[in-house]
Amino acid sequence: MKRQVALLITLFIGTLLVVSVFIPPMESLKETFTLFFDIIAVFAFFLGGGNLLRVHLTKLSKRKQDWVYSIVTLVGFTVVLVIGLFKLGNPGGIAASPTAEGSLFQTLFDNVLVPLSSTMYALLAFFVASASYRAFRAKNREATILLIAAFIILLGRTPFGMMLTSWVPNSLSILQIPNLAIWIMNSANLAGQRAIMIGIGLGVVSMSIRIILGIERTYLGEEK
Amino acid sequence: MDDQLYRQPVFRVFQIFLIIFTVLAGSIFAQDPAIGLTDSADVFVPAPPGAVKATDVVYDQGGAVDLEWELSPDDDGSLKVSGYYICRREVGGEDYRLVDSVMAGVRTFVDETVEQDHTYQYMVAVNGDCSTAPSEESNSITPDMEWLNFGLSNLFIIGLVICGSVIYFIAHAKRGKKFFIRKIAGLEAVDEAIGRATEMGRPILFVPGILDMDDVQTIAALTILGRVSRVVADYDTKINVPVSRSLVMTAARETIKSSYMAAGRPDAYSDDMAAYITDEQFGYVAAVDGMMVREKPATCFLLGAFFAESLILAETGNSIGAIQIAGTARPAQLPFFVAACDFTLIGEELFAASAYLSGEPKQMGSLKGQDVGKAIAMVFIVLGVITTTLAQAWDIGVFTWISDLLHDLFQVTS
Amino acid sequence: MFTPAPLLALSSSTIGVSISLGLVGLGMVWMLIRSLRARDVDRRIVFLFIFISVSAPILFPITFSETPTPVVKKLFDKVESLPADSKVLISFDFDPAMAPEVQPMADAFTRHCMAKNHKVIFMSLWATGQSLLNQTMRAVLVTEFPEKRDGIDYVELGYKAGNEGVLNVIVSNFRKMFPTDVNSIPLDSIEIFDKIKSCRDLDLIISIGGGKPGIKEWVLFVGDPTKTPIGAGVAAVVAPQLYPYYPKQLLGLLGGVKGAAEYESELVRHYPQFEEVDKPGLRMMGPQTFAHVVILAFIVLGNISFFVSRRRASR
Repeated sequence: MKRQVALLITLFIGTLLVVSVFIPPMESLKETFTLFFDIIAVFAFFLGGGNLLRVHLTKLSKRKQDWVYSIVTLVGFTVVLVIGLFKLGNPGGIAASPTAEGSLFQTLFDNVLVPLSSTMYALLAFFVASASYRAFRAKNREATILLIAAFIILLGRTPFGMMLTSWVPNSLSILQIPNLAIWIMNSANLAGQRAIMIGIGLGVVSMSIRIILGIERTYLGEEK
Repeated sequence: MDDQLYRQPVFRVFQIFLIIFTVLAGSIFAQDPAIGLTDSADVFVPAPPGAVKATDVVYDQGGAVDLEWELSPDDDGSLKVSGYYICRREVGGEDYRLVDSVMAGVRTFVDETVEQDHTYQYMVAVNGDCSTAPSEESNSITPDMEWLNFGLSNLFIIGLVICGSVIYFIAHAKRGKKFFIRKIAGLEAVDEAIGRATEMGRPILFVPGILDMDDVQTIAALTILGRVSRVVADYDTKINVPVSRSLVMTAARETIKSSYMAAGRPDAYSDDMAAYITDEQFGYVAAVDGMMVREKPATCFLLGAFFAESLILAETGNSIGAIQIAGTARPAQLPFFVAACDFTLIGEELFAASAYLSGEPKQMGSLKGQDVGKAIAMVFIVLGVITTTLAQAWDIGVFTWISDLLHDLFQVTS
Repeated sequence: MFTPAPLLALSSSTIGVSISLGLVGLGMVWMLIRSLRARDVDRRIVFLFIFISVSAPILFPITFSETPTPVVKKLFDKVESLPADSKVLISFDFDPAMAPEVQPMADAFTRHCMAKNHKVIFMSLWATGQSLLNQTMRAVLVTEFPEKRDGIDYVELGYKAGNEGVLNVIVSNFRKMFPTDVNSIPLDSIEIFDKIKSCRDLDLIISIGGGKPGIKEWVLFVGDPTKTPIGAGVAAVVAPQLYPYYPKQLLGLLGGVKGAAEYESELVRHYPQFEEVDKPGLRMMGPQTFAHVVILAFIVLGNISFFVSRRRASR
């Protein structure tokens, strides 16, 4: 019964939203349902936050492996939650926005979260290098083409790219490395991306029909 | 007013002052009516704009009117005209009232403050209010709501064809027809990857992307999770599903639980298999990376919506020697997965994965219907490229006509 | 198309850079020997090389002159060609993670507009964009153009929630969405907005960012309906997705640190008074260039190792 109700709701809402695209009085339904989803997601946060606390408190109490890091998680979670909720250290007091200029919450955000996020983002530089070293090998024809394209794009993003091909006459300027790099991005790469996007669009349509019609039910859990 | 007030001395003084002021002003004015008034001969009044035309905005909810007019002949960039004032009245009702204004040089305006089924008329005035050089009245217009947006009829037809072919092939498959689906290496390797983890006694890591349940990629990832966790339950391997959204955690738990129960292993299921980490993108990545490095899963599934963290996850998985099966419908992240993972589901393969893994005829039929859409796209792309190239190179009429027709056919204007 | 500029404008940190380059070069030779023996290199060695090649140009600054590509030049020329008092809107649609790449562009645009005496309207569609907008205002406006006046030469509208909903409104009426500026001054009292009612009255819109809402939304909801010229500054990974919009819907596009460096370079060429100003885009091109060259070298060495081992296996 529970599954049948869920499937009926999916069928009804899915069909309604598809049809609403073509019926002007129903155009605002999409925004309405998006709003409904946002409200549900906010309530669901209590589940997630509660689960986080439970997992780490259990780890801490039972002294499981790496329990010390759970203290860090719990302290961080609690401190930021309390500071944000009760506007501690906020020049505007409890009625002010938590991110008001000069607030402790904003200070934590600027001085802790932002540098940490930037640090993780910076890891990409190292991983790009190691991935390139490992992956760009001329194993076959396609890999060789990929290798050459990668070379041109990488060179084109540096001043050396222009230096190496500055002797090429303007009538053949497309062969200058920076221009070649732009052409690869504008034409070859874009054609491939568009082809993939067309396939994705069709895949989304197919998957959506399967879900709306109830043919695909795995996301609800398997039938017993 | 209270009689008491009239008797107050202050009020008496005010009355006297008012009388004196009125007499003085009148006498001064009578001597020289021009004082305080600008001589009309000194003020330049621009010519009014012309030909105001009001039309109903089509395919809306009956709350907008489109206005167009000819610019005033004095609107030549010399600042004689500073702007146009849109004035409106309801037919059979009040006088013209100012609705809004636009800058000089502008000759269109959309009035979105009208009500459906009321009839209006417009005038456009210059440099002042509704009485300064107004244009002639426009036609009467009654904004109307259309129930069907015929402007999207081409989208409707294309959608009907594609959806229709999907449904047709699903129905066909139900009747027992078998379809050929090419092998997708990443999906063929799922069982082997899970088996590897079982043999090595190491867990499986499944990352369903970082978006919420309102993204179709997350749903696709969870449908694959359902299939994967069924095999995991059969093989009695450990699975970890760290998630970035609370709703996804709930859905993932339901999915895994049902799979374990279907496999007859409800005792082996634990809620901790799907745990919420954080909504913050890089915080989540840091946690998952930590899990990878500490627990060293033998198999990593990276399926769903990813952004900048795709390479971080893939490379970390590679560094621990895990077999990695990745898939996303974000073209910008696909190259990172292709470079760092063993198998990659590219774009539509992610959405086909659930159907492919299930092997059910109904689901396989939907894949065939998808291919019809691709075939249509391919035919029209080739046709469009040829006709547009010929039309632009040689300006041959029929190719120009075909090219324009294709352009109109596939243009979607809401 | 291009007029090549002199490649190097070496700073006084040549010695430091030379030593670093020497270290990297020696390391590359060692890697080459290993590759010729068909032995791969541990990824941690790769990380070490990247660390040296990125940190050396930061510690010992080296800058390269940049020649702007046409896609950047067009945007620069547009800002340059607009007459004084033109109305330019700059939207800060990014978060701190993207800031290192795109904030230099924001600074450069602001600097250019102020130098040309344009009237600039600052706003943001991202909650995190507000504080980054303030950073640019502090770093550029307050520091380099103290004579510019709030409300007369520039105005800050701040952040407004609603994503593309905000654009849907300001395309026809600014005041409906922003009744006041960030200091609660009514727009009707702000001199810049005397002649601005909607986005149609702007001379140029520049969106900086690359996420959602971002350039695509500006083009779809504002640029196409109003035909107001739109320029963009985005992170490098997002730029390829936006090339289809250029040049019809996007006037010009700055992609990543290179785009920022090209714009800064062109700005200095036209306005030598900005020579001494901090140019993070150009500054970051040093590490980016070296890192790219090192990655290229790794690719070559990796292929050498691959071919040698394949030849040995076939024997």
